[in-house]
Amino acid sequence: MAGTLDPVKLLETMLRIRRFEEKVDQLFFAGKLPGMPHACTGQEASAAGVCAALEPGDLITSTHRGEGHLIARGVDLYRLFAELLGRRDGYSRGKGGTMHIADLSIGLLGTTGIVGAGIPIAVGAALAARMKGSDRIVVAFFGDGASNQGAFHEALNMAGLWKLPVVFACENNLYGMSVAQWRHQAIKDIAVRAQAYGFLGEVVDGNAVLDVLEAASRAVARARVGEGPTLLEMKTYRWCGHYGADPGTSYRKAEEVAAWKERCPVKRHTELLLKQGAITESELEELQERISNEVDEAANRALECPEPPLEAAQEDLYQAGGLP
Amino acid sequence: MVVKMNIEAVHDALYEEMKRDNRIIVMGEDVGRDGGVFRATEGLYKEFGEARVIDSPLAESGIIGAAIGMALNGLIPVAEIQFADFIYPAVDQIISEAAKLRYRSGGAFGCPMVIRTPYGGGVRGGLYHSQSVEAVFTNTPGLKIVAPSTPYDIKGLLKAAIRDPDPVLFLEHKRTYRLIRGEVPEEDYVLPIGKADVKRPGKDLTVISYGLMLHFCLEAAERLGKEGVEVEVVDPRTLVPLDKETILASVKKTGKALVVYEANRTGGFGAEIAATIAEEAFDYLDGPVTRLAGPDVPAMPYNSKLEALFLPSVDKISEAMRKLAGY
Repeated sequence: MAGTLDPVKLLETMLRIRRFEEKVDQLFFAGKLPGMPHACTGQEASAAGVCAALEPGDLITSTHRGEGHLIARGVDLYRLFAELLGRRDGYSRGKGGTMHIADLSIGLLGTTGIVGAGIPIAVGAALAARMKGSDRIVVAFFGDGASNQGAFHEALNMAGLWKLPVVFACENNLYGMSVAQWRHQAIKDIAVRAQAYGFLGEVVDGNAVLDVLEAASRAVARARVGEGPTLLEMKTYRWCGHYGADPGTSYRKAEEVAAWKERCPVKRHTELLLKQGAITESELEELQERISNEVDEAANRALECPEPPLEAAQEDLYQAGGLP
Repeated sequence: MVVKMNIEAVHDALYEEMKRDNRIIVMGEDVGRDGGVFRATEGLYKEFGEARVIDSPLAESGIIGAAIGMALNGLIPVAEIQFADFIYPAVDQIISEAAKLRYRSGGAFGCPMVIRTPYGGGVRGGLYHSQSVEAVFTNTPGLKIVAPSTPYDIKGLLKAAIRDPDPVLFLEHKRTYRLIRGEVPEEDYVLPIGKADVKRPGKDLTVISYGLMLHFCLEAAERLGKEGVEVEVVDPRTLVPLDKETILASVKKTGKALVVYEANRTGGFGAEIAATIAEEAFDYLDGPVTRLAGPDVPAMPYNSKLEALFLPSVDKISEAMRKLAGY
């Protein structure tokens, strides 16, 4: 089985995601961070668990709610903050902002503001991986909303047909923006859609990081040995609204949100590790402080980063010269 | 030199490039065993195998999305959209993904791929097999759009498109596939993307056109020549990036410009060429910058008389030339 199985490492990843989103939220409401941040708070386990099942050379496509995936893949927090702040050192030099990050060094083919658009791209990358004889696999992250897009169905059909090394990682957070899942599709388990394309679909508790890791590891292992794709549906919940300025209260009941907060993936895993003695209270505090400092330091540096030069708007359209 | 048809130029460029570089993959509907509805990929499946010549499911968004993923992971896909009319399901992948990846990655990486598609009418294809779709994409920086019209230009520019580090939309006028023949060098050659070509020199009037219309314009220019009007015919060959220099130099010399395109008149790419001339060669103009184009109806009608009415004809082009020359 590939990837890290260190449960403390998983906690660290989840804490980093949580702290990052808290910082983004803080900067957003302080008026320092513009745009439309789409926080993944509450969904840390699916990002951490799936990415822990991957090897460094594997690839992912991500979504508008992608910061958890990026952090779990080891993104440079300074450059990520810089991009969200629209600064020079951001991943697209301040031109993309949130939702539009791409970084091949962590195997990220791109986050995208177009729901579902990354799924066929992941399939193409998987096809290329197999054609090149590499054992790289590709994960396409997306949500319940994306599972209604034509691109989702076209991509799953191709992946099933050609038995491609891809994992379709569906973070079902029960809402496509404001529309509850039961109001946007007639099925409860999105995983059943895999059957229509000739491969395995599996449902897992998306707030239980070890369960996610286990299921993802199985899916990744199948993909790596040529047994084809898996649709892995992780049931989870986003605590906040759809994006920064959406309180998420017009379409959800406070009791529902509260109930899901009770099932906090970070808290659950923390309690488990404390109970097992895998981590002590003081080690936990130390870890939290280290991550907090790391995130704050990256954010503060990014706040000091200069704006991109005005010429940057006209750059990065085309590359001079031919292909290598 | 050998004489080839436009469709053969497409085929030969694909064949030679696939021989040269095994990263090149052809993918699309019916491109494999069948060899494509226009025979552009005939024999490639047999020569290069099913791994490199992929019969895809009928799913344009999936085809282009998968091609983007292949490009990002080290291959050079040449995706075929069987008819340009079928490209719309893939527009999101082309415009939102392929065209924006280099910008989005801050220049770290791009999306080296080609999308080939037959466009244009005059084949009794009716509403959904005759469209000229270029204007849907020319408003999308990040794409290159190539629309060559002769075997020499097609072969040299398709090779250039395949070797280009950015996504290229390669438009092939289907009526010209077997209509137009021309000399093509036997040795390997590449033409620069973004360079227009003066197809016929003249001093009295400039006509800018591409595709089937280019050939109609050349015929009309012959007629006008006999009437003592020397028409210069400029073929942009590439729409994006547009070789403004060659177009403007010609207009500055003749003082008159006629733009002929087959797409719907309003908002068509010819309107952009006309606007560029009006803006940048105003002091040189001796007559109104004129457009001759398809009418603003949803698509090319099927009935032969109505189809002929839609297409600017040699007669209509000659008349527009005469009128403009009279200023």
